[in-house]
Amino acid sequence: MSLFLIAALPFLGAVFPALLIRAGRNACSSAAGAVTLLALVGVLLHAPEVFRGETVTARAPWLPQLGMNANFFMDGLGFFFATMILGIGLLIIIYARHYLSREDPMGNFYTYLLLFQGAMVGIVLSDNILLLVVFWELTSLSSFLLIGYWRHLPAGRQGARMALAVTGGGGLALIGGMLLLGHAAGSYDLTTILERKDQIQASPLYVPALILILLGCFTKSAQFPFHFWLPHAMAAPTPVSAYLHSATMVKAGLFLMARLWPVLSGTDIWFYIVASIGMITMVLGAVIALFKDDLKALLAFSTVSHLGLITLLLGLGTEEAAMAAVFHIMNHATFKAALFMTAGIVDHEAHTRDIKRLGGLRVLMPVTFVLATVASLSMAGIPPLNGFLSKELMLDAAAHTIWNGSEWLFPVLATVGALFSAAYSFRYVVHTFLGPVRDDYPHKPHDPGIGMWLSPAILVLLVVAIGLFPEALAGEIVRTVTDAVIGGHGHYHELKIWHGVNTALIMSGIATVGGLILLALHRPLDVAWLAAPRPEAKVIFDACIGALIRAARAVTDTLHDGALSRYAAIFTLFTVGLGVYAFSTGEIGEATRPMNRIEVLPLIVWFCLIGATACVVAFHRYRVIALVIMAIIGLVVTLGFNYFSAPDLALTQLSVEVVTIILLLLALNFMPKRTPIESSPGRRLRDAVLSIGAGVGVGLLLYAILTRDFAFPSISEYHLANSYKGGGGHNVVNVILVDFRGFDTFGEIIVLGIAAVVIFALTEAILRTSVRAKLLNRKPDWPVAGDSHPLMMVVVTRLMMPVALMVAAYIFFRGHNEPGGGFIAGLIAAIAIVMQYMASGFSWAAARQHFPYHGIIGSGVLVAAVTGMGAWLNDKPFLTSDYGYIHIPGLEKFEWATAALFDVGVFLAVVGAVLLALESLSRYAWRPNTDSPYPMDINPARDDPRGGRED
Amino acid sequence: MEILVATAVGLLTSAGIYLILRQRTFPVILGISLISYAVNIFLFASGRLVVGLPPILRDEAVAYTDPLPQALALTAIVISFGMTALIVMIALSAYLSDNDDRIDMDDVSDLQDNDA
Repeated sequence: MSLFLIAALPFLGAVFPALLIRAGRNACSSAAGAVTLLALVGVLLHAPEVFRGETVTARAPWLPQLGMNANFFMDGLGFFFATMILGIGLLIIIYARHYLSREDPMGNFYTYLLLFQGAMVGIVLSDNILLLVVFWELTSLSSFLLIGYWRHLPAGRQGARMALAVTGGGGLALIGGMLLLGHAAGSYDLTTILERKDQIQASPLYVPALILILLGCFTKSAQFPFHFWLPHAMAAPTPVSAYLHSATMVKAGLFLMARLWPVLSGTDIWFYIVASIGMITMVLGAVIALFKDDLKALLAFSTVSHLGLITLLLGLGTEEAAMAAVFHIMNHATFKAALFMTAGIVDHEAHTRDIKRLGGLRVLMPVTFVLATVASLSMAGIPPLNGFLSKELMLDAAAHTIWNGSEWLFPVLATVGALFSAAYSFRYVVHTFLGPVRDDYPHKPHDPGIGMWLSPAILVLLVVAIGLFPEALAGEIVRTVTDAVIGGHGHYHELKIWHGVNTALIMSGIATVGGLILLALHRPLDVAWLAAPRPEAKVIFDACIGALIRAARAVTDTLHDGALSRYAAIFTLFTVGLGVYAFSTGEIGEATRPMNRIEVLPLIVWFCLIGATACVVAFHRYRVIALVIMAIIGLVVTLGFNYFSAPDLALTQLSVEVVTIILLLLALNFMPKRTPIESSPGRRLRDAVLSIGAGVGVGLLLYAILTRDFAFPSISEYHLANSYKGGGGHNVVNVILVDFRGFDTFGEIIVLGIAAVVIFALTEAILRTSVRAKLLNRKPDWPVAGDSHPLMMVVVTRLMMPVALMVAAYIFFRGHNEPGGGFIAGLIAAIAIVMQYMASGFSWAAARQHFPYHGIIGSGVLVAAVTGMGAWLNDKPFLTSDYGYIHIPGLEKFEWATAALFDVGVFLAVVGAVLLALESLSRYAWRPNTDSPYPMDINPARDDPRGGRED
Repeated sequence: MEILVATAVGLLTSAGIYLILRQRTFPVILGISLISYAVNIFLFASGRLVVGLPPILRDEAVAYTDPLPQALALTAIVISFGMTALIVMIALSAYLSDNDDRIDMDDVSDLQDNDA
């Protein structure tokens, strides 16, 4: 099976549980199990190649420019982890089916679980470190969903947030580390990186990369001082804990350390950081675990301790230690998953997991007792179980380690860790299952059905079998995996139980006996422990997060206080500052362009503009006056465009001016006509200084541009040269719009359409609220004209309508060769129709308007799109235009370009958008019972001009 | 002529920014319209100012003005109408709903209430 498929299967399969939950809980869990089984079979099919020492690969370039490729590979290590993730995943899926109650949304559970599983498989199979980081982040996110699965429990939500904050923060560090590593190695492909040990370790980036990567690994694998999130994640349902904390999530950090072992390890800094942190974590976790009364908390800290053990082994940097690490990863996954599941069974049956309320379950739950005992003894390191074997290897490795010149420090600490480990393992069995049967369990416990104990039973079988026949069952795979970890062929001892009486055995014996003694002394020790002051990680974490949130809120509240005009002022100041900086530090060339001579007429028009602009500011409190003066500015701008050889712009500006002023007048109808004086003189002075500064800057910049030639050759020459040859039009501006840059124009008509539809939607929403009643009861603040639809105006506008539409058509058709085109024609047509609204009233016009304006906008966009797609028929890219000559008898021959069809789309979109905006606005003014049944309000042929009587 | 255009654009920008810094919606809308004029002219003028050479291909013409900024400014003018219409509607709706056309929110609690 291709690695692509293996990595994708859990993600694809995640859909099924969510859908199949409607078909029942069995269908849901079976689907999840089937997907996992399929992926597992896919992995196992590659076993022969992997055991031959070959690497299975699947590669696809994704963003090769960034070194980011969807490359997957599977060697011994990847195979081992993928098998473990999918195999234990399968057991968890079976177990969870029986563990979850009817109230729990099972579809969600399996979907999250499969997403998480997919992310984990992705991590262990990635051959590209950036891809690996992507999957790494996905595990943080999906584990967040899993840990917070019981979202009604505050502890669950807090635990999930804490896990996300810690592992997500570590993930950020990891991204940085991976980027540095890839930079140092010159490649982001793992297989390449793994061959460049010397280059990487010689690089100055080695230490920062190492520290950042280790931060990622330590947070994920709950190493001291980041160990605190793991126990809080125990608020998750037990199947989640069993999965995340035995075989997957927390092993991701170990996996990455093992994966990068060949290039990162072997240096002093690696040894001192990794081995020391591992040792601290191992001892600390074991000590705390002994004093936890919650079964899952005990197991959580024991997990922390065992993760520390494996980290320690990886940190030692020798081949034997690496092999011990691999072996312990396997053994820990088997006994710890089984232990979590037995803890879940106890919780499920007795309704408590508080050790102090348990005891005597041996009689009531014999099956669970056997499973838990065997797994616990393996955790304690009692022969002949698999935990014993890997613990011996660890003790042996520690016994030969010299730490900073001290020969005894590591052996002693390792023995202490093993001792506490034995003690809490014994306690798990003794205090839960042994002792007298009690009569005060919250719920009468008994063994559950086979569905719940089958999964731990399979694992316990492995625990015993590997313990008894290590070489036959695990020897081959452990050596293959270790070869992959160290990136070569190592020389290892055989795995066997009896090595003779050696240092490790003596240390092991001390640990076991010491563990029993500690257990016997547990009660007084527990009292002393509880009385002793110790830092509570959650309190510290909450305080840190609280301080962060307060700081963030303080900054946000100060900057973001809701005063929009303040933001605008800050923005202006900042922009002007940037401009000043650019002006003062940059260089400016000589003024090379000859000036145009100042003529009299333009000078007069310029004075008009200056005067009008000054008046708008001076009279802006008198809104109607300001609006009228605005129209003057628009007119001057139009004249300016016309003067400076831009007839198309002049036409556009003129028609836009008309609709804009109508729009603003309509809006002003409902708004106050005056603006009160509110800002203080000081504030007005500040605004004046700011705005004058900005204006001077813009003016200077424009003057500097206008007096200089282009710094680089312009692309305009190309447009001028090809407008006729390629686009078939003489009006270059129009050809650019509908042809050269047709895609821009296409986007712009869509934007315009969206704006109009938003206006429509806003009107709909507003008119459904109490605003409607307010509008109907509104008293006009100005006297209303006596005749709302004057006869003269009605007659004239109706006569004008066909003429105006004719002009629009003329402007449209000549647009390709003369000034004009779809934009301008659309505006003119819209004005022709708006005139009818204004003269004859909304009701009259609306009654005669048969096509909704949204439809017109949509059809415009559609016409433009279809025209563009027409090019595909000729195997040309979207919006390639074509043109030819058409002969119609009786007319001269003329050219017709497909771009004209595109221009029809522009025309329709503009008409629709302008009218939809104005129509929406005029609906505010509509009142019921003002509709006249007659086409004209005044008709001398009728007796009563107001239509009070029928004809 | 260049100095006239540059001063006009500078003045339009100044007036526009001053009005945008006012506290009521209507002056702000006027200010945005003024800024739109300024920006459109700026964009257009970046093709340099030429008198009497429209970009319409003619056999007898010797030179043309730069057509590209014109095409860009043309769509910008139409789009700025769409934008003006939208903010006018937003301002009007806000005024009609709350009987208030101030643009500054009084205090942060308004914001937080909306967030919640």
